[in-house]
Amino acid sequence: MTPPHEPDDEAYTPRLIRSYTITAGRTATSVDLAMEATLRLQAGAEAPVLSYPAAQVLEVCDRRSVAEVSALTKMPIGVTRVLLGDLIEQGLVRIQATITEKTSTDERLELIERTLRGLRNY
Amino acid sequence: MDFETTKAQRAAASTKIVIAGGFGVGKSTLVGAVSEIDPLRTEALVTNESEGVDDLAAVPTKATTTVAMDFGRLTLAEDLVLYLFGTPGQRRFWFMWDDLCRGAIGAIVLVDVARLDESFSPLDYFESKGIPFIVAVNEFDGVPRYPAEEIAAALALPADVPIISLDARDREQAKGALVKITEYSLMRLRESLTVNAN
Repeated sequence: MTPPHEPDDEAYTPRLIRSYTITAGRTATSVDLAMEATLRLQAGAEAPVLSYPAAQVLEVCDRRSVAEVSALTKMPIGVTRVLLGDLIEQGLVRIQATITEKTSTDERLELIERTLRGLRNY
Repeated sequence: MDFETTKAQRAAASTKIVIAGGFGVGKSTLVGAVSEIDPLRTEALVTNESEGVDDLAAVPTKATTTVAMDFGRLTLAEDLVLYLFGTPGQRRFWFMWDDLCRGAIGAIVLVDVARLDESFSPLDYFESKGIPFIVAVNEFDGVPRYPAEEIAAALALPADVPIISLDARDREQAKGALVKITEYSLMRLRESLTVNAN
C-alpha cells in the first residue's frame, strides 16, 4: 500500500520503467476511458486465457475506476487503459457512464445536482 | 430490458473534481481530509523530453520517467462516486491536465498567500479552458490573513469566481470547498442555459 503522504507530487522521484512491454508496445486503445470511469465485470462472461497483467486488471477492476485499477495494480495509467480496453473489447468488462463531450446538458445538470445532494449529506 | 434499467445504466456512475495549486500548498492534505480511502497514487509515463503524452510509439528508444497523481474517493450514493484528483504541479506536466480535467465538474485552486505567484498558471489554465473553478486559500498556521477582496485583486480573478479560505486538514472545511465548486459549476451551467434560451 502507498503510505500516507504529505510530500506533494514534486517530491516524488521518477524512475526508469519499460511498462509498455506488457502491452506489446501499444500505447492507445479504441475505448474511451476517463480516469474516473467505473468498470463492471460482465456477468456470465467466460474469461479466456489472459496474460498475467491482464488477469490482475480483471481481478481488481469490478466497481473501481480506471485510476484505482492503475494504483492497485501499480501499472501506469496508459498501460492500464490499454489492458482495460482489451478486456472491454473481449466482452469481459463494461464501462459505466461518465460525463463526456457527448453528454447532454440535461444529463450534466442531473449529475451535478446528484453530486451536490450527495456532498451535502456526506 | 425495461426503461428504468436502461436509464440507470445511462446515468453517470462517477464524476470528479480536480484539486490544483502550487507545490506544497496542501493538495494531498485536502484530498486526504475528505477521502473515504487512503489517497491512492497513479502514475503516467513521460518521456524525458516530456513532449507527447504517452505517445511512446514514436520514440521507442527514449528513456521514460513517471509522473505521479494522487487521488481520493467519496461514495456519495449507491450509484454515484466522486473522485478527487490532485494535479501534478509542475508546468511541464500540463499536458496531463487535459486528461484529468476532461468531464470534471470543476476545479479547486488551492492558494498559499505567501506564494501567490504559484497559483497564476493553474488559474490561467482553467480560465483558458472554460473549466469552472473556485479559489481556496489554505490558511497555514502563523501566516498573515488577508481580506478575500485583496487576494482576488492580487490574483486578478474574474468577479464571479468564488474565493474561500479553509484549513485543508479539516474534513468539514474541505467538504465545504467541494460543495462550493459544485454549486458554482451548477450555477454556471444554468446561466449558460438562460443565455442560450434568450
